[in-house]
Amino acid sequence: MTVETAWELLAEVPDPELPTVSVVDLGIARDVTVDGDAVVVTITPTYSGCPAMREIEQDVRAKLASRFASVDVRTVLSPAWTTDWITPGGREKLAGSGIAPPGARMLPLLVEGRPDRCPHCGSTETEELAGFGSTACKALWRCTSCREPFDYVKAH
Amino acid sequence: MGDHSVEALLRVGDSCLVLAQRLTGWCGHAPALEEDIALANIALDVLGHARGLLTRAGELEGAGRDEDALAYLRGAEEFRNLLLVEQPNGDFAHTVVRQFLFDAWTAELWKGLAESSDEVVAGIAEKAAKESAYHVRHSSGWVVRLGDGTEESHRRMLAALEDLWPYAGEAFLDDEVDVAAVEARLVPLPSSLEKPWRARVSYVLEEATLPVPPDPWWQRGGRQGRHSEHLSYLLAEMQVVHRAHPGVQW
Repeated sequence: MTVETAWELLAEVPDPELPTVSVVDLGIARDVTVDGDAVVVTITPTYSGCPAMREIEQDVRAKLASRFASVDVRTVLSPAWTTDWITPGGREKLAGSGIAPPGARMLPLLVEGRPDRCPHCGSTETEELAGFGSTACKALWRCTSCREPFDYVKAH
Repeated sequence: MGDHSVEALLRVGDSCLVLAQRLTGWCGHAPALEEDIALANIALDVLGHARGLLTRAGELEGAGRDEDALAYLRGAEEFRNLLLVEQPNGDFAHTVVRQFLFDAWTAELWKGLAESSDEVVAGIAEKAAKESAYHVRHSSGWVVRLGDGTEESHRRMLAALEDLWPYAGEAFLDDEVDVAAVEARLVPLPSSLEKPWRARVSYVLEEATLPVPPDPWWQRGGRQGRHSEHLSYLLAEMQVVHRAHPGVQW
């Protein structure tokens, strides 16, 4: 068993709340070490109160147990998760399912980030409807060109 | 790590836990769907902060109490939260003012805790700081919109500010527990957070055309376990299922 095997399996574990992307796409899976048929995976929550964390841990465990005899899943908080860890592939998958990926973080004005474009029509003319959305990591925005509302993964 | 470390972490963790419980009371009742979702989201974040801090407090205590034992099996006199967060939701103006005064405090608090000598606490704070930045943006926005809104919204904000301001100063009153925890470099000194807190509060209230109230005798005692009657009712509701079915699993 190799580290690559473990990463390939993790890439098949979807995020429970954003099932179009995996825990690898989102940067939730941070580290993998393999020793023979034993694997240790380190995961980190996107938000402190993310209610999906336990499910993610169980899903990761179940997926890796299909190939590894021993699976240890550890949760770390530091360094804190950032949307910078969402992979380019993950960003494409989000946009493809109508969810705007995070815009660039503008430190220290962290909360002033905005989507690059509407995930429906591609327009850059967008406005915020609500700072909090259907999950902890999203806000609700609207395109002023095509008038469609959309979810936006907040820069974090 | 001595008892002061556990106490110091409970003061923050319990404040987060009690506020989360208050905020969830709005779920399904907020003035607009977007606000319902926002308050539930904020409650979830703050509950996450409470869980981390209570878990760590239990570990430092070393008596085998986990986050659930601390949240569900302590009585009101054992809670160390600020009196501010146990105040009832009131009308939406009261909820907004309470949230803003709290968010302006945690915005400074997490910066200090991120420098904690305890790596777990520092990790919790580093993460919480990013989430609280969204909270204070949200509550500040409401303070301005309602304060500088209609005659009715302005009147309600004035009333909420008058009711809640006496509870705002407790967060900055140092006692011997704080001093000991500061010596261990676990937490920042409460009084050291007052100046930046005041600067933010004054700025936002001015934008909202609301006066900064004069300092009263600050209501105090929550951080030492002396609470208003509101906390017992809140805990009764929060703890009833766990106490009725201790250790139940499904």
